[in-house]
Amino acid sequence: MERSWQRWLIRFGIFVVMTIICLPGLWIVMTAFRDNVEVMARPPVWIPERWTLDNFRAILGMSENQQGIPVVRYFVNSLIISVTSTILALLIGMMGGYAFARYRFKGKNVAFLWLMLSRTVPGISLSLPVFMIWSRVGLIDTDFGVILVYLALNIPFTIWLIDGFFRQIPLSLSEAAQVDGCTRWQAFWKIEFPLAKSGIASAGIFAFLTSWNEFALASQLTRTTASKTLPVGLMDFTAQFTVDWTGMCAMAVIIIVPALLLTFIVQKHLIAGLTFGGVKG
Amino acid sequence: MAEVKLQKLVKKYGNVGVVHGIDLTIAHNEFVVLVGPSGCGKSTTLRMIAGLEDISGGTISIGDRVVNDLPPRSRNISMVFQNYALYPHMTVKENLGFSLKIAKQDEATIEKRVAEAAEILGLTPLLARTPGELSGGQRQRVAMGRAIVRHPDVFLFDEPLSNLDAKLRGQMRVEIKKLHQKVKTTIVYVTHDQVEAMTLADRIVIMKDGHIEQVGTPAEVFEQPKNTFVATFIGSPPMNLLDATTATEGGRKVAKLADGVTLALPAAAADKVSDGQAITVGFRAEAFSPVGYGLTGDSEVAAIERTVTLPEPLGTETLLYTELGGKEVQGKMLNPRPVQPGEQLTFNLDLSRLHVFDKASGKSVLV
Repeated sequence: MERSWQRWLIRFGIFVVMTIICLPGLWIVMTAFRDNVEVMARPPVWIPERWTLDNFRAILGMSENQQGIPVVRYFVNSLIISVTSTILALLIGMMGGYAFARYRFKGKNVAFLWLMLSRTVPGISLSLPVFMIWSRVGLIDTDFGVILVYLALNIPFTIWLIDGFFRQIPLSLSEAAQVDGCTRWQAFWKIEFPLAKSGIASAGIFAFLTSWNEFALASQLTRTTASKTLPVGLMDFTAQFTVDWTGMCAMAVIIIVPALLLTFIVQKHLIAGLTFGGVKG
Repeated sequence: MAEVKLQKLVKKYGNVGVVHGIDLTIAHNEFVVLVGPSGCGKSTTLRMIAGLEDISGGTISIGDRVVNDLPPRSRNISMVFQNYALYPHMTVKENLGFSLKIAKQDEATIEKRVAEAAEILGLTPLLARTPGELSGGQRQRVAMGRAIVRHPDVFLFDEPLSNLDAKLRGQMRVEIKKLHQKVKTTIVYVTHDQVEAMTLADRIVIMKDGHIEQVGTPAEVFEQPKNTFVATFIGSPPMNLLDATTATEGGRKVAKLADGVTLALPAAAADKVSDGQAITVGFRAEAFSPVGYGLTGDSEVAAIERTVTLPEPLGTETLLYTELGGKEVQGKMLNPRPVQPGEQLTFNLDLSRLHVFDKASGKSVLV
C-alpha cells in the first residue's frame, strides 16, 4: 500500500515540475495562434477561443494591416550561421577529440584543461572585447563574424564530448584494423568513426542548438538583415511603447520548430548508442 | 617460409627499458609461446612483431624481410587480441571478410575464404550475427577466424584466453592446438598462464623483466630449468626450493638443509659444487611422495618422516603440505587415500630428480 502511495507522490512531483517547465512553452505556442485581444484580456483567457494563423501571415508580410518583418531573411541567416558553425565545430571537434583520445603529446593535459576553462568564462563577458576587435577588422554585421564566435563557443564542448566517445572505443579495434590491412586513416573512417557516430551526432545537435538559440552575442555583433539571426529578430517586435506579443510568439514558434524536428530526427542516435559487443565489456 | 627473427630487440619508453636486447629465432610453422609474469615484456615483444609498437633498437625480420619500419598492414601477419577486438558494427561475416575487402579481393574470393574459415571454426551458423549476439567462446572463434582468412605468414596471439572462464579456456586451448595442426602457420602466442604455455607450445620462451630466462620445449623447461625463476614459474605447484650447504659425507657430495636433513646430490651435480657452497635444492611435488603412493622407479630415494600440516585433495592426487629444511614444501600422493592434518607419513624423496642451483646467482649447476 505504501508503495502505491509513494508512486502517486512521485507522479505528482513530476507533474508539478513538468508543468513549470512546459507551461511557458505551451503559452508561447498558444499565443502564436490567437488574437491580440485575447492575449491582452484580463482575466487571462487560458484556452484560445479562436485559433488563427493571422500572426504568421502578419510577420511574413502577407497581411495588409502590418508591415512584415524579414523573417525569411533572418531564418536564412540563422540557418547559414548555425549549419556552418556546426559543421566546422564538428570537423575540428572530431580531429581534436580523436587527438586527445588517442595520441600522447606534450602539453596535452594543459591544452585540454584550457579548453575546458574556456567554458567557465561566460561568453557575454567577452562580448565587449570581441565587439571592439570585430569592428576593427570589419567583421561586425557579417555571417562570418558570428560564425567565428560560435565556433569558439562550440569547439571546446565538441572536443570534450567527442573525446569521451573515442575513449570508449578500445584502441585494439583500430589496431586490429591496422593489422587487417588498413592505414591509420582507413582504420579511423571504417572502424572508429562509425562507432563514434552517435557521439558525434549528439555533439552536432548541441552545437547546432547553441548556435541556433544564441541571443546575447549575436545581438551585439549583428546590425542589419545582412546577418541578424532569428533570436535577434525577436527584438523587432518591441517598439518604444508596445510589444507585439502575438508576432513575437509566432516567430518563436518558427525558431522552435526546426530545433525540435532536428532533435527528434537525431534522437535515435542520441539514445541508441552502439552496443559494444566486439570487445569484452 | 616465414621464420621470425628477433635480434638484439630493445624497447624503451623514455629512459625506462622494457625489453633489453632479446634474441630469438622462431622457425617456420613453429608454435612458440612467450610466457612470464605481468610486466616481463612479452606483450610488448609481440606488439613490436606486429608493428603496433615502435622498436627502440635491434631488428625484427619476418621471412627474409627486415620489417622494423613497416606498418602492421605490410607485414602479412594477423593478430588475435585479448579483448577479441571484433568490429561491433559488422556481422560475423563482415568481420571475417574485412581484411580481404581492404585488400580489394573480389567478392567471390572473399565469399570462398570466409566460408572456409567459418567451416574450420564452426562459425557457419553464426555468420549473420553481430559480435554483441555471441558468447565469449564464439567471439574468440570469430577473432581466430578473422586471423586465418588472410593466410598470413605469422599468427600473433595476445593472451587470447584470459577473458574466458576456466572450462571454456580449456576447450579453446584444444581448438587453438587443432587449428595450428590444420593451418600450419608460424604462431607466436603470449600468455601469463604456464599451463597454456606447456600444453600449446612447441617451444616456450620464459621472460622476466625484459630478458629471456630460458627457451626450450615444454619438457626441457620443466625437467631442466636453467634457474630458480623458471623452476618456480613452470609447473604447478611450483618447485619446492630449499636453502642448503654442500658438504662431503662418506665420499659423496650432500646438501645439508637448515633442519639438519642431508640429501645426497645427484652425480651430475656432485662435481659442479664445492664443499661449503651455498646452494638451493629444488624438487617437484611429484618427486616427494608418501611411501607406496609415488611414482615407481628404481632411483635412489631418501626416506623422510614428516607430519602433514594440510592435505589438499584434487581427485586423482592429493597435495600434502609439510615442512622440510625449515620451509613449507608440497608433496604429491598419487592414487590417494584420505589423509588427516597432523598425520605422520614417511615420504620418499627421489634424489635423482633433485635440482641444484647456485644460491647467489640462482642458476642451475646442472644445465
